[in-house]
Amino acid sequence: MTNPEQKKIRVATTSLAGCFGCHMSLLDIDERLFTLLEHVEFDRSPLTDIKHCGPCDVGLVEGGLCNAENVHVLREFRKNCKILVAVGACAVTGGLPAQRNHLDLADCLQEVYVTEVSLHNGLIPNDPELPLPLDKVHPLHEVVKVDYFIPGCPPSADTLWKFLTDLLAGRTPTLGVELTRYD
Amino acid sequence: MSETFQLDGEDIPFAPGQTVLQAALSAGHYIPHLCYHPEFKPHGSCKVCTVKIGGGNNTRTAASCTLPAQAGLEIESDTEEMNALRRTLVQMLFAEGNHFCPSCEKSGNCELQALGSDLGVMTAGFRHFYPDRPVDASHPDILLDFNRCILCELCVRASCEVDEKCVFSLSGRGITKHLVVNATSGKLADTDIALTDKAMQVCPVGVILKKRVGFAVPIGQRRYDQRPISAQALDDAPRPPSASGPNGSGVCQACEE
Repeated sequence: MTNPEQKKIRVATTSLAGCFGCHMSLLDIDERLFTLLEHVEFDRSPLTDIKHCGPCDVGLVEGGLCNAENVHVLREFRKNCKILVAVGACAVTGGLPAQRNHLDLADCLQEVYVTEVSLHNGLIPNDPELPLPLDKVHPLHEVVKVDYFIPGCPPSADTLWKFLTDLLAGRTPTLGVELTRYD
Repeated sequence: MSETFQLDGEDIPFAPGQTVLQAALSAGHYIPHLCYHPEFKPHGSCKVCTVKIGGGNNTRTAASCTLPAQAGLEIESDTEEMNALRRTLVQMLFAEGNHFCPSCEKSGNCELQALGSDLGVMTAGFRHFYPDRPVDASHPDILLDFNRCILCELCVRASCEVDEKCVFSLSGRGITKHLVVNATSGKLADTDIALTDKAMQVCPVGVILKKRVGFAVPIGQRRYDQRPISAQALDDAPRPPSASGPNGSGVCQACEE
């Protein structure tokens, strides 16, 4: 851990095409959150509701890229974060959303909003404020340079704790076989 | 067992006919491997068991599952160089298929997953192919999910050499190579595969699955939840040399006809 008198490490987090399960897992470190908060402060994150990322030391990104806004946010994180971390199966592999990748996007939209009974009166949403879906869902490393990967769905609280404490102590984070889980 | 070769600086005894991988496992030394199965002739296709032979400038690499053990061999296996190569091989397998561990019922019992975890593979690294590989659910008791196939040919070998049915085969070349079902319709329902077949037991990943038993074992109690694959492989050793061959006659009646 860093010396408490030192400047706090600034951390941003976001969930792109994810389910917030990885964020739940971060909260699942329970009382260790207090220890963590002695050493870090949060920038943009669902925990702070700050809307845009400023210069940060670490960016934790959950979820893959399924629409244009995801790509925009990811680039904002890459631009501002010294260390960018792909957190969880979706960020690392595309995950569950990427299971649509062998299907045609137009067919997916047709099936969900037109063929099936839906709340949208049989129309495919086209409000200009809605981010456009990408043709395929991508993991983060296919769009920006990613410094570290934490697999898992979600990575356990112990996994995230091990990673963060290694990083804060200035060590190269190593999870070992016990904490390297893909499910 | 009087003759030995050197593996990572240690003397490994071997019996005539043993490969380097077999002798190493028998002696309690793990060399990562994937397409090798103790009951079948070595296949040498996945290359995960690749080791470095010789010292100084005169070195070469070879798959240890097909490399005959010889007295005096100097072999490097557990080195950062070899393990980095193995990680890359595993990464390519993950990028080439559709391996979504969180929703796969083989998770926790999957050799590819266990190998990746043990080698410290954190990402596929490459661009994912996301290939389109429809499943075959035609059989009433067996599901084939081709998305996870790594082309190890263990089911092909088991079905031909032990079951003597040749239900499976590989078709195509290079990147188009894929697993096929040996029936005119191409459907598993039109074969004589049975749940008791050896081919049902050997898939290292989640391609050949018995229906209606998925996720029966809770997380924490699955095979590789207990011990990493490196320890599990040594638990299964000593392994018989391949000279004893598979259980069947080695001749498939279906192919002979």
